[in-house]
Amino acid sequence: MVGVGSQARIEDQASTVPGTEELVINMGPQHPSTHGVLRVILKLDGETVKDVDCDIGYLHRGTEKIGENITYTMFIPYTDRLDYIAAPSSNLAWVQAVESLFDWEIPPRALFIRTIVAELSRIASHLLWLATHALDIGAMTVFLWCFREREMVLDLFERAFGARLTVNAFRLGGLYQDVPNKFLEETREFIDIFPARIDDYETLLTENRIWIQRTRGVGVISAEDALDYALTGPILRASGVRWDLRRAKPYAAYPYVDFVVPIGENGDVYDRYLVRLVEMRESVRIIEQCLDQLPAGPVSCKTPRTIKPPAGEIYHSIENPKGEFGFYLVSDGTETPYRVRIRPPSFINLASLKKLCVGELLADVVAIIGSIDIVLGECDR
Amino acid sequence: MADEVGTEENGGDASQETEAPEAPKDPPGKALRELVDAEFPGAILEQTAYEDREDEVTFVLSEEALPKVAAFLRDHPAASFKILTDLTAAHYPDDEKPFQTVYQLVSVDHSRLLRLKVKLKENQEVPSLVEVWSSADWMEREVYDMFGIRFSGHPDLRRIFLPEDWGSHPFRKDYPLEGLGERVYSKPKRKEIGE
Repeated sequence: MVGVGSQARIEDQASTVPGTEELVINMGPQHPSTHGVLRVILKLDGETVKDVDCDIGYLHRGTEKIGENITYTMFIPYTDRLDYIAAPSSNLAWVQAVESLFDWEIPPRALFIRTIVAELSRIASHLLWLATHALDIGAMTVFLWCFREREMVLDLFERAFGARLTVNAFRLGGLYQDVPNKFLEETREFIDIFPARIDDYETLLTENRIWIQRTRGVGVISAEDALDYALTGPILRASGVRWDLRRAKPYAAYPYVDFVVPIGENGDVYDRYLVRLVEMRESVRIIEQCLDQLPAGPVSCKTPRTIKPPAGEIYHSIENPKGEFGFYLVSDGTETPYRVRIRPPSFINLASLKKLCVGELLADVVAIIGSIDIVLGECDR
Repeated sequence: MADEVGTEENGGDASQETEAPEAPKDPPGKALRELVDAEFPGAILEQTAYEDREDEVTFVLSEEALPKVAAFLRDHPAASFKILTDLTAAHYPDDEKPFQTVYQLVSVDHSRLLRLKVKLKENQEVPSLVEVWSSADWMEREVYDMFGIRFSGHPDLRRIFLPEDWGSHPFRKDYPLEGLGERVYSKPKRKEIGE
């Protein structure tokens, strides 16, 4: 396969390295366990990984450049197409980044609904991660079960916003319109049954001997290295650093809810699995508290017809399911942004792949890529 | 007793004053500014902040001071910026120094953010920060790919998204949104096994 990636550092095709026992093999971009169009070039000695090079950019669309040529409102649907597994979270990052240039007061009802939807998207994202990660390692049933529940979350999105994947959920200043009562009822039904479903996944995996052998002690990264590589999200917390932007820089309705930020001990693939499972349970708790406290009232504040923020620059980031998702925004006082920079968690977490994989076995590369939880739409932008 | 409380902040810095808690609000980033100025006088050329917000403080540095100041901010316990969370650039074609590289730092210990900036002339190189934070590796490659800014000392500076023979840098302001038309890809040379 000779594609766009002529920039590959390691030799471009499957071959032996003359004079050594080393073998260069190519994984992806159509390999099912690379979760999209990620191409990994591996140099192996026997089954041990000696060197790793990633070839990305197959989905590069220049989203940042597009953002500099359209208005602030028009960019919201583009954020859906970045992390399409958890589109409402990306929407939230963008609308909050733009809102932080103003001093608007967002109505509390909008903040609570935003939090509910963002946490639902975290559940959807973690379910897709668990499904595909378990399938990569060979557990087929988990895949089917997780998709069953993810379908329910997508139905909830459809009920509230009319779309399942690219939901375009929020607007600058609040929401487009209030969510239907049926959405709130069905969300309540979903969080009533969901914790028992997480227990079901755990019976299949948490103490499964094969699962433990494939994941424990694999792809270990220390807390210090995790900070050095700017890893964020569940990977950082699995290494024992309690850093969650929902807690550190509270936004939306997170100051009003109680939740636990789970951390791991060993920073291996197994701990990342445990951290994400606890996060799903905590998401359920957050949604429950938001539904209990949900205030009445308007869902949008009064915003001007044309959005013209004052000149200046800000960086605003939120805790996406995959890590810190942020925007560096430069406004020049006109109705289009001067510079839009997307801080992509998948891209920056993927940059640690070499660190995680060198010295491991070839079969573990699949487990490690799964545990990073990347989505290439946001990695390549 | 009061003396001890006053000196614990800055390791016995003489300029540290013990003031009443209801003193007028400090300008944003004051403590960090003093910290850096004491160690590297003249390294900070300019300081800005959006609406005086503490987390939107930006220090504009000279390019030769950047690696030293970055390592200092990472290691000093009062700063402790262990994460380089974002590295990007921006193009201002009308300015005398048209390029800016922007570094977004995060301190987990103090739960705060800081932005560093370096302004560059056309074709001017900026020192790489891979030695200080490993996360700079791919992000510097991305900035090189998209803006054509070269990072001196980067171990492996090549394009990351676009093909090696793309030729131009699309996030520059003079690059048209529609692109530069169709492109023909040169076939990479293939080597036979064992050749």
